[in-house]
Amino acid sequence: MKLKVLAILTFVSMLTALYMIFLYAPRETLQGDAMRIFYIHVPLAITGYVSAFLLFIGVVGFLRTGDLKWDRFGETAAALGVAFISAQLITGSLWARPIWGPWWVWDSRTTLQLVLDLIFIAYFMLRSYLPDPQKRAKLSAVFGLLGMIDVPMNYLSIYLFRTQHPQPVISPGGGGVAPEMALTMTASFIAVGFLYAYLFNRRLAIAKVEEEVDYLEQVMLAHE
Amino acid sequence: MKSMSAIIFKDIVIEMRNKESITSMLMFGVLVLVVFQFAFETTNVERELLAPGTLWVAFSFAAILGLNRSLAMETDNDCLQGLLLAPISRGDLYLGKVASNFIFMMIAEVIVLPLFVVFNNLDFNVKLLEVAGIACLGTLGIASVGTILSTISANTRIKEVMLPVLQIPLTVPVVIASVEATREVLTGDTRGISSWLYVLAGFIIVYLTASYLVFEFAVEE
Repeated sequence: MKLKVLAILTFVSMLTALYMIFLYAPRETLQGDAMRIFYIHVPLAITGYVSAFLLFIGVVGFLRTGDLKWDRFGETAAALGVAFISAQLITGSLWARPIWGPWWVWDSRTTLQLVLDLIFIAYFMLRSYLPDPQKRAKLSAVFGLLGMIDVPMNYLSIYLFRTQHPQPVISPGGGGVAPEMALTMTASFIAVGFLYAYLFNRRLAIAKVEEEVDYLEQVMLAHE
Repeated sequence: MKSMSAIIFKDIVIEMRNKESITSMLMFGVLVLVVFQFAFETTNVERELLAPGTLWVAFSFAAILGLNRSLAMETDNDCLQGLLLAPISRGDLYLGKVASNFIFMMIAEVIVLPLFVVFNNLDFNVKLLEVAGIACLGTLGIASVGTILSTISANTRIKEVMLPVLQIPLTVPVVIASVEATREVLTGDTRGISSWLYVLAGFIIVYLTASYLVFEFAVEE
């Protein structure tokens, strides 16, 4: 029941956000329609960090308790992290081409997100080569912990490295934004937030089923 | 401390007998430098700007080779089991392995460094000592995180391939900080060097502590 409500909320908020992004929000004078991609891009970036934080909670929870439910939690966070950050990098790249010129600029934000994405992907590669569930949980938790400790340090070093990076077009203190734009951004944040929560819930359920299937397979093999 | 030095002693004795780790790191490091010379020969960019990058690519990839060797040595004949059965804490075992990995990497780097100077037509002066100091810090950073990651990757089927996948994203701060610090030393403009050294020191402290604490999870059966 709760899940259904969440699904409906996600659907409605996504439709509303899409309507607002393409029809309600005014056309930006300098960048034209290309700027509209930001309404999706920024929430995706934030959910990337949320994933990092949730993965950190998952691995610490597992290392403290040894309960596989935390392992599933961490895996789900990392899975959504890969999906959302990759989508964010693609939308950023699509925007950068007409506005900045190049597809890709090694500025602090893009570099940081790319490294975070690579850490998430490495986490998955590691998992896929560890067949035993207990061992997989333990080793990927150790790697996840080391990887998430790395995030603030990456942040620091990359910011020092790229102090001349272009400021984001939309930021809390980034000058005047039309109220319609602010409202659209809020709607988009809500929509992406609901989508994240919904996908998180679904992915977590799949991870649980996968684990049960694994267990049943092992039981069957033991009986043969 | 005693158990740590025992592990270091054991690794040095083995290395003196087969010389696998240092030779492979050394050869690889030199080859990387040579390849980069070909790649950059026709560009007109100043050597002082390009050289630090090539040096750290050589160091960090050579380190991965050495780390792979170092752990393969322990897993080949189930030597790791023996180490785990020894009456020492997992943390001490970790620190011992970090120390011996660090020593081998440093030996290889000390030989690569003069070649780096020659290939790039730099001068043998006090700057080289400063670069060696940065190399010490950067290598300790790489060894601290690399030792635990090589233990993790040794559990997978594709050990040698897994390690770089795990290690390169995590050592981004070390590589950036080391390259920048080396560049500042070579170009003589050392205004920002202290912040890079802080990044390196912070990385080393954080990863040595964190890995010391979680190493038991990485080796537990």
